[in-house]
Amino acid sequence: MPISINNEMMRQIIMDHYQNPLHKKTPKKGYVSIHSKSENCIDDINVYLKLEKGIVKDCLWDGTACTISTASTDIMCELVINKNEKEARYIIDQYFKMIHEEKFDEEVLGEAIAFINTSKQAARIKCATIGFKALEDILNHKHGK
Amino acid sequence: MFNVKQIRHDFPMLNTKMQNHPLVFLDNASTTFKPLSVVNAINQYYLHETSNSHRGDYDLCFHADQMLDKTRQVVADFIRADKNEIVFTSGASMSLNLVALGYAVNHLKKNDEILLTEAEHASNVLPWYKVSKLTGAKIRFIKLDKVGRLTLVNVKKAITSRTKIIAIAHVSNVLGYLSPMKEICQLAHQHKIIVACDGAQSVPHRPTNVKDLGVDFLSFSGHKMCGPTGIGILYGRYELLKQTDPVISGGGMNVDFDANTNVEYLDPPTRFEAGTLNLAGIYGLKASIEYLNKIGMKNIEQYEKELRAYAIRELKKINDIIIYNETAESGIITINKKQVFAQDEATFLNSQGIAVRSGQHCAKILNVFLKTPATLRISLYFYNTKQEIDTLIKALKKGDYLDAYFN
Repeated sequence: MPISINNEMMRQIIMDHYQNPLHKKTPKKGYVSIHSKSENCIDDINVYLKLEKGIVKDCLWDGTACTISTASTDIMCELVINKNEKEARYIIDQYFKMIHEEKFDEEVLGEAIAFINTSKQAARIKCATIGFKALEDILNHKHGK
Repeated sequence: MFNVKQIRHDFPMLNTKMQNHPLVFLDNASTTFKPLSVVNAINQYYLHETSNSHRGDYDLCFHADQMLDKTRQVVADFIRADKNEIVFTSGASMSLNLVALGYAVNHLKKNDEILLTEAEHASNVLPWYKVSKLTGAKIRFIKLDKVGRLTLVNVKKAITSRTKIIAIAHVSNVLGYLSPMKEICQLAHQHKIIVACDGAQSVPHRPTNVKDLGVDFLSFSGHKMCGPTGIGILYGRYELLKQTDPVISGGGMNVDFDANTNVEYLDPPTRFEAGTLNLAGIYGLKASIEYLNKIGMKNIEQYEKELRAYAIRELKKINDIIIYNETAESGIITINKKQVFAQDEATFLNSQGIAVRSGQHCAKILNVFLKTPATLRISLYFYNTKQEIDTLIKALKKGDYLDAYFN
């Protein structure tokens, strides 16, 4: 964990994105989307991606979600906007590594570092990864509705 | 005398720790812990008495047959049924599916009506959707009253000349209300309607008398009553079982068959028990019922009632707790903490060693009625204590659920 960030700050990051998610919007058109629903939590979200020439122009989400999935998905949107596809994939990979307590590159995770303790509450790993997983699926298939 | 302290010694799982706290298990509507006697009975089968039933001429096999027979009798006595009305299944879900696909599919036709409630568990909804698809019968929902209770008046209002089946839980798994089952059965039978009762949340917690209740079918699971997983019971009135298709066929359920596709099935209940039975489960189920009988179902019901009253009293002292089913009779208490998502609170409780269930509890239509996407369900059993309730209350009073991640 970086020395510059403490528990209180991580807590605040999660609460901020939960109470005021910046990217929780339903777009009109020009996005590919994917629907993701968790069996063990209430999470039921859509992730929307706008790719132009391999660059993530925008990333949004909407739906019903708990604190952890709301904040993690919102932060994910923040992280991937204006990144190219390869960079976005790298961010997703590093995030999964962090969640599963493997060595990871914290440089690219920004505020997502707030979820470093998720494995303490293993039942919530799915919540912390639902948005990232959905985005990965979009990038892999690029289909959706 | 009911002595919870002594009872707790019988359950090895109660010594478990979770997140470095002594485990407080308040998710008994989901599954229950097993007394050592049940585990020993399962081991007895695997360590000393392994053999198949109905399949051999040696002593071990004879003994397995005897255990099967004895268990059927123990189950029958437990719910005041006849032995030949007890079918071994894999659990309440399979039992409910057998009623739907074995009985209803063969007796319902287009535009007949099946009555359910919006509070039913998925296992008492989805099989009926299948019946509807296969037969053209219509699904209709009996209106719940303001607090979510199933009342006789609303059943009366929902019945039409086309109603053929009423499929309802005796105790609902989210709101925990006790349905007026005896009165519903009387009313239903006046209209020649079959009542299929889901007893998964009632049979483990109170004395059950199927003849007095008048239910036509009753489904329940072993694992919710201190027994093993993978074993459950379908009770059916014998004449109805005789009209039920086995759905699953194979060895052990037929008298004879030939190459011209002629087949003669065994009579119920063995007609429904194709293949090798879950014998270890049956050994365990027998032990679990014997254990419950030793404590006494009346004592269990009474103790849970007291424990519930205590929990409600304490929960009401906390300002930001919403209780959805204050007046329910069972040990199921459904709540939310204002401004906190149910799953988030459940995670915090986990960090304190407290197991509760959050979400929709498999009753996905009910949330529209409750006007919340998810709830926290606390469900008690006779081995829970007031001290455990105190631990829960203390945790619920704590403000910050994100502590689960950062402390």
